[in-house]
Amino acid sequence: MQAQTLSGGFADPATQSAHAFRCVMEAMARPGTLHDISGAKPPAPLSPAAGAVLLTLCDTETPVYLAGDANCDAVRSWLAFHTGAPLVGPSHCQFAVGTWHATAPLSAYPIGTSEYPDRSATLIVECPELIDIGAVLTGPGIQDKAALSLPDVAAFQSNHALFPLGLDFIFTSGDRLAALPRSTEVTSCM
Amino acid sequence: MTEYNFAYLDEQTKRMIRRAILKGLAIPGYQVPFASREMPMPYGWGTGGVQVSAAVLTPEDTFKVIDQGADDTTNAVSIRTFFERTAGVNTTTTTSDASVIQTRHRIPEEPLSAGQILVYQVPIPEPLRFLEPRESETRKMHSLEEYGLMHVKLYEDISHHGHIATSYAYPVKVEGRYVMDPSPIPKFDNPKLGDMAAVQLFGAGREQRIYALPPYTQVVSLDFDDHPFEASKAGHPCGMCGAIDSYLDELIIDDAGGRMFVCSDTDYCEARQAAGHMGKDNGGKDAA
Repeated sequence: MQAQTLSGGFADPATQSAHAFRCVMEAMARPGTLHDISGAKPPAPLSPAAGAVLLTLCDTETPVYLAGDANCDAVRSWLAFHTGAPLVGPSHCQFAVGTWHATAPLSAYPIGTSEYPDRSATLIVECPELIDIGAVLTGPGIQDKAALSLPDVAAFQSNHALFPLGLDFIFTSGDRLAALPRSTEVTSCM
Repeated sequence: MTEYNFAYLDEQTKRMIRRAILKGLAIPGYQVPFASREMPMPYGWGTGGVQVSAAVLTPEDTFKVIDQGADDTTNAVSIRTFFERTAGVNTTTTTSDASVIQTRHRIPEEPLSAGQILVYQVPIPEPLRFLEPRESETRKMHSLEEYGLMHVKLYEDISHHGHIATSYAYPVKVEGRYVMDPSPIPKFDNPKLGDMAAVQLFGAGREQRIYALPPYTQVVSLDFDDHPFEASKAGHPCGMCGAIDSYLDELIIDDAGGRMFVCSDTDYCEARQAAGHMGKDNGGKDAA
């Protein structure tokens, strides 16, 4: 138990988090593209990709909401040891982690204010699989169109309608990651 | 190099900057406040760009720095050396070899590719600042999308000068929403901002703002139907390489009013000269 809490972080934080950030940044800059991210071994049910994102972006300044099964002893102590991030409910979080069903409803999260749209939550959504087939994405960062296996379509359309307010999403599955910022327009594949 | 953390900044600072970069990419053109740190160089020497570069660099990157297009000016040389020493990254002056390019007031002539990141040094990130000094007001104007004042400024240009006289830091509208200051690049470079394959990040150290343009973002220079935007440059070929499509600096070369025009992008100019192009002040076979 304790060994699991203390291990699984970045062995070389400066360079590993630099590489991990570039993955996340490329994913956010090019919505729908898939990236492999490595270096973290968080306790179940967190995926290695979600663990790496948390290690790269979270610290004592970022309230985190652990949704559903992610809110277990093993994850809580791992996150506390490696990041020191305070755990909060969805209404005050900067980052949230969990499956699509566990993180619902999206109305619970801060979407920013019209003067500070950046003060909004980023959701790290754990997906059973992540492939570049599915909903069609267009918008900034996408040359023509992209496709991504999103867990829903309507929810991301209403999130986009809030622009410049809204939530940003990082999807994780195993070692894989993709992102969907609020600026992306989503249409179902048909 | 061992005396410093990788790329100088501590990890907590880098996380804070990285979070700001991600929000900036998610809201193209919106200025994200960040807790800018003191850097071992004065404000006005690119501290914003340096902090953004420090947050995105990995040890495998190849880094290029340009100052007004030149690789060999004081600012460019000192920032390049700074990252050679604190991050141990390889540096280059060749645009196509670089994965991260930090720039002061130019976009390289050579089109950038998808693997590259362009980091701008920004002095005043707020395009409305000289029209409205209060941050509380400009913030409200951005939130209400109230940009009439900017058009009034451009209109006054026309009524004074007969044309839009703003020649650098020419305001743009991003994805039909935020009006953004592209940093003091010449308006010649404005058309390159939109639909660029590379990621563009903007860092203002003293003003504590980060903003971003994801690749292939729609960026429109503000103008009027009867006074459309025009990307202007000096109407000469480069004196050294003969290029007619590059942005030129005017150099005074004697006390008798002699002058020459040369490419501001030194890498572009040198590559053309190496390929055998010679301008009229340099042997002259490409002289117009």
